[in-house]
Amino acid sequence: MASRIVSLKVNGQNEEFIVGALTSLQDILRDTLNYTSVKEGCRQGGCGSCSVIIDGELRLSCLTPVQEVDGSEVTTLEGLNQSNSIAALQQQFIDKYAAQCGFCTPGMMVAIQALLDRNPNPSRDEITEGLAGNICRCTGYLPIIKAVEGVVAEMSGASGD
Amino acid sequence: MAIKDLKIVGQPVKLRDLDTHVTGETVYYEDIRVPRMLHLKMHRSIYPHAKILNIDTSEAKSSAGVVCVLTHEDLPGKKKYNGLAGVGVGPEDESVLAFEKVRWKGESVVAVIAETPKQAEAAAAKVKVDYEELPAVFDIMEALKDGAPVVTDHWPNNHYIFPDNHRAAQVRYGDVEKAFAEADHIVEDVYQTQPIEQAPLETNGCIAVPEGGDGRITVYSNTQGLQFSLDVTADILGVPTSKLRFIGGTVGGGFGGKVDLQPEPITTLAAMRTGRPVKFKYTREEEMRVSSSRSAWRVEIKDGVMNDGRIIARKITTYQDSGAYLRFSSYGGMKHCGHMPGPYTIPNVWIDSIVVFTNRTPSNAMRGFGVMAGSFALEVQMDKVAETIGMDPWELRLINAYREGDMKSHQKEVEDAGMVETILAAAKLAGKQLPEEFQKMSSLDRKAG
Repeated sequence: MASRIVSLKVNGQNEEFIVGALTSLQDILRDTLNYTSVKEGCRQGGCGSCSVIIDGELRLSCLTPVQEVDGSEVTTLEGLNQSNSIAALQQQFIDKYAAQCGFCTPGMMVAIQALLDRNPNPSRDEITEGLAGNICRCTGYLPIIKAVEGVVAEMSGASGD
Repeated sequence: MAIKDLKIVGQPVKLRDLDTHVTGETVYYEDIRVPRMLHLKMHRSIYPHAKILNIDTSEAKSSAGVVCVLTHEDLPGKKKYNGLAGVGVGPEDESVLAFEKVRWKGESVVAVIAETPKQAEAAAAKVKVDYEELPAVFDIMEALKDGAPVVTDHWPNNHYIFPDNHRAAQVRYGDVEKAFAEADHIVEDVYQTQPIEQAPLETNGCIAVPEGGDGRITVYSNTQGLQFSLDVTADILGVPTSKLRFIGGTVGGGFGGKVDLQPEPITTLAAMRTGRPVKFKYTREEEMRVSSSRSAWRVEIKDGVMNDGRIIARKITTYQDSGAYLRFSSYGGMKHCGHMPGPYTIPNVWIDSIVVFTNRTPSNAMRGFGVMAGSFALEVQMDKVAETIGMDPWELRLINAYREGDMKSHQKEVEDAGMVETILAAAKLAGKQLPEEFQKMSSLDRKAG
């Protein structure tokens, strides 16, 4: 299959590439555009560390051929940083000690943002389900879930614990 | 002074890099951007035990994008290593790149360096190695039997030989056999654990960058043992350590799974040969299949116990599956010995901790090296003892818990004992009601309670 030109809007910037048929979005984001928050834990869709938002949906960039998302809008954690939309979540992660080695954290951030975008008031079960595709080997997940609950409580006006 | 008045003790400490973790700005080794970087992929053994008859790299060398192919013949210094050689552990038994024989499925044989990871992978698959398969052994007890296949020539009986020609790391304290004869009950069992992959989210890897002119090379690595990696790499390459600059940093999870020191030497050699930066990153499959796991352990425990709950003798024989090579297993075996017979005062103790070689993936450290399997075995055994003599398991542990000043089987007096208070605090949290005399027990006074 042939290479072709693909256009993407990544973190608000228009980008254009010539890509092979199976070039993954992850390689373009990490290696061509240097968005190094997009981590590579497995390259086989198993860990969630490469999570990004494509046209409002949570996707694994490692399993996404760039040619298939031609014309899409892609958001990585760098994009969320720019809009400052996740400052509260980041503070909750710090307050709740929700990261240790930090390698899964960018993917977690993106997955949580996608969850809150579609459901601003998730229950604990819904939070757990929303993070089901993201592996963390350090924290045991509970601090991460508490960080999400903290930001949900803040957004709904209640005080977090 | 109350804990709340202390500035450090009892206070939470913020992780140094937590602020950049949450923004994705923490720099891990592979976030380093280097121009003209090459990629290394390893051709690995497909047999757990085989003689190497011939290595043919001609097709790999002419494959698209390939810049360099390395076999054991290209190693300028040592062909074998042990990661702890710098601190006196040996012998150096593990091939850097296999020659003569492979001893586990997945052993490194030929390194292929190419312009892209895909080209390196495709070329590595074109390496042809002719093997004569040999009988292999995968079980520690099978490996110790007469006539079992010998894993390496260093260990004719498939077990490590500790200093002073001992088959095991040992503890000898009191007279267990005499105590067994006097005991009201004998309780014995065998406890086994399986290998466990540490599975850090970031796989093992490094980037080696030649700095030009004087031949100095900078290595960005996620090793957990930076100094060991530096020493081993210098040794294998036959260069002084002053020619190498190793840079660590935030590691994307390790749990003991990043002390193999495998990626750095060969990647540094590749950078030296090509004059270009080289990256070697384990795939997830390599991380699971090739990087060392926690070892499998077999712990045999025999206890002599009195009707009142006192354990008067404990005899332990432990077997640790080191896989095909030593790595850090003798250290793990000795640490295991130091951990046994647990936090209990027992007047007669006998321990043998044996490191066994098999044709399995070499094992190495993981959170509580030598300790986790020991604690598992000990505490299941304690429950079994309690059940056998009809005693509450909390009470059994409190009776036997060591007290300040007790002599341990390693001939060291117990200092800063806190076992009794820890059990009592746990009982409180768990809502466990203990008789009053047990609640009054103290680490400072065996007669209390």
